[in-house]
Amino acid sequence: MGPLLGGTTHSGDLGIDMIVRLAAFTWTLRDNGFAVGLKESEDAARIMASVLGTQAVTFRTALKALFCSRRSDWLKFDDIFDAFWRNRGRRRVPMLSAYVSPAKLAGMRLLAGDDRTADQRTGLGEQCSREGADEDQRDAGGRVRMEGASRAEMLSEMDFRKIAEPLAVAEAHALAERLARRMRTRLSRRERARSKGRRIDLRRTIHRNISHGGVPIELLLRRRKRKPLRLVVMLDASGSMDLYTSVFVRFIHGVLDHFREAEAFLFHTRLVHVSGVMREKDAARALERLSLLAQGVGGGTRIGESLATFNRWHARSIIHSRSCMIVISDGYDTGPPEVIDGEMRRLARRCKRIVWLNPMIGWDGYAPEARGMRAALPYIDLFAPAHNLKSLAALEPYLARL
Amino acid sequence: MRRDLPAMVMSSEQIAERLTAVGYVADRELPVALQLMDMLGRPLLLEGEAGVGKTEVAKALASVHGAALIRLQCYEGLDQSTALYEWNYQRQLLAIRARELHGADPDALERDIFSERYLLERPLLAAIRRDDRPVLLIDEIDRADEEFEAFLLELLSDFQVSIPELGTIKASSIPRVVLTSNNTRDLSDALRRRCLFHYIDFPDVERETHIIMARVPRISPQLSSQIAAMVEGVRNEALRKTPGVAETLDWAAALVGLDVKNLHDDPETVHRTLRCLLKTQEDRSRFSAEVSARLLGKVA
Repeated sequence: MGPLLGGTTHSGDLGIDMIVRLAAFTWTLRDNGFAVGLKESEDAARIMASVLGTQAVTFRTALKALFCSRRSDWLKFDDIFDAFWRNRGRRRVPMLSAYVSPAKLAGMRLLAGDDRTADQRTGLGEQCSREGADEDQRDAGGRVRMEGASRAEMLSEMDFRKIAEPLAVAEAHALAERLARRMRTRLSRRERARSKGRRIDLRRTIHRNISHGGVPIELLLRRRKRKPLRLVVMLDASGSMDLYTSVFVRFIHGVLDHFREAEAFLFHTRLVHVSGVMREKDAARALERLSLLAQGVGGGTRIGESLATFNRWHARSIIHSRSCMIVISDGYDTGPPEVIDGEMRRLARRCKRIVWLNPMIGWDGYAPEARGMRAALPYIDLFAPAHNLKSLAALEPYLARL
Repeated sequence: MRRDLPAMVMSSEQIAERLTAVGYVADRELPVALQLMDMLGRPLLLEGEAGVGKTEVAKALASVHGAALIRLQCYEGLDQSTALYEWNYQRQLLAIRARELHGADPDALERDIFSERYLLERPLLAAIRRDDRPVLLIDEIDRADEEFEAFLLELLSDFQVSIPELGTIKASSIPRVVLTSNNTRDLSDALRRRCLFHYIDFPDVERETHIIMARVPRISPQLSSQIAAMVEGVRNEALRKTPGVAETLDWAAALVGLDVKNLHDDPETVHRTLRCLLKTQEDRSRFSAEVSARLLGKVA
């Protein structure tokens, strides 16, 4: 590739063609998820007009430093640059995004298929309940509240497996989400009621006591800022969890929506980071996007490997000193149990608490016999049932104590 | 506002030359990024695994420009009074007490105790008050809180600080700012966009050979390249803590000290000293003599 510019070194000399082309390039970058502002385009023009713009290699390197802002950008920039500047005819690079064609993912029935219709209805019901925040039970039919409340009672004790009629499913979902929201408010109030500080803040004390002639009568204290509790949820979306997944997805959606700090992962044969998708305000849309992301249903669960992926790539940036990990899984793993053992040990070292929710604890006569489950048990701080809404609600006091 | 950008900007070739001269072996892309820092007046954000030499870049940059290096190490709970400035309260109180005895004029007293004499300069203020364009290294910005990041963003765009009692202090020269991050927390998009970005990877065998030769005295080129190849093998072993460049240099120094000329001469010593690259018990127990023999087998 020859010089991009005919050796010019003054920005005034940039031809209009080159400016247009540079603008097209910034749009290509934006399409590929780069955060490029006006200031960056302006600086790119300066680079182009400088000596760096006269050689392909230095021009690319310079734009790379300017436009990239994270490692993922850094890794894909060269390809995008080459595709754009070296093939004049092609204006757009194919989008390098995480989305997969919907057809490929018809298998994600458990998340999208059956429940979708129900969820669209819940979306509506939810809007109603947001308008009247305290009105707990009002479904699409506008029933009397009393009846709704008793219905909620009944639903909250019913095993998720046994909730079959679409209306009840929708209600259970809405309940799960509301539960998550309530947990949030209560947890945050507890935070605020904490004690006074321990060290004296001299700067503020002196400022406050100006009116006393600088004699420190009122002491102002500092306390350590407490980090908010961060919830990290890992949900097993494998076939054996089929009947429970959709409710938990709604629960997680609620958690992510209302906790300031929460992250969510889904795993089956591999681990998918789904926080971004789950932050979608509209629950139905979130589910739709989620089903696009989650491939690989069937073919067994690889809990150990998924945990390994988490430990290797996500743990460092996601787990901090006040994190609680919630794994929702039945513990049926197709991989060797030693992997789970090693990875759980690693996780336990980083994490303040590990909660394992197993829907099967709610079944009569269940004992944690699955090999994966037994390997994980020694590292778990709380092993609790999660087969109905009541069991989810029981989690809140535990989390508040962290 | 950007002011006083020097008319002459060092070209990337010149920078690369000077980096080599001060003992920093850079990859191909770094000099261009360093040139852009001056050309566009933007800070440089460095990311990369622990131990790839992010902090070294700032030190090298300071010696390239013959400027002072001012370092701010970030940590959780870092606030303005530790990063920017603080009044020396003890001295102020003493001054008030001392002069009360002499019945000093209160106005003059007030002017006096809020003067520069009682101001404690912290790294950020120090950096913008110097005339000689220092290099300001803000190390591990991801450890600081988000509030601090926002404050820093403001400082990096205005390069001025207002101290209520003293007035606004404008930068006498704009420092070259290098930020490093280990990615323990995601930085805000605003900060990322403000900065130039450079990702430092572990050096390849060739570059690491050059680094060893530049940093370890009295080492032969052959041993250097053997060590670099061996370390690359260790890095591919999926350990808990991947050894960084500093560990390589320690190891090379150890081998020179033990008078090893060729790694193949003494596999036993190689294995024993290699353990100084490994920092956790788990990695050590995994790294048996067989593993180091296997890696050594691949080294030319």
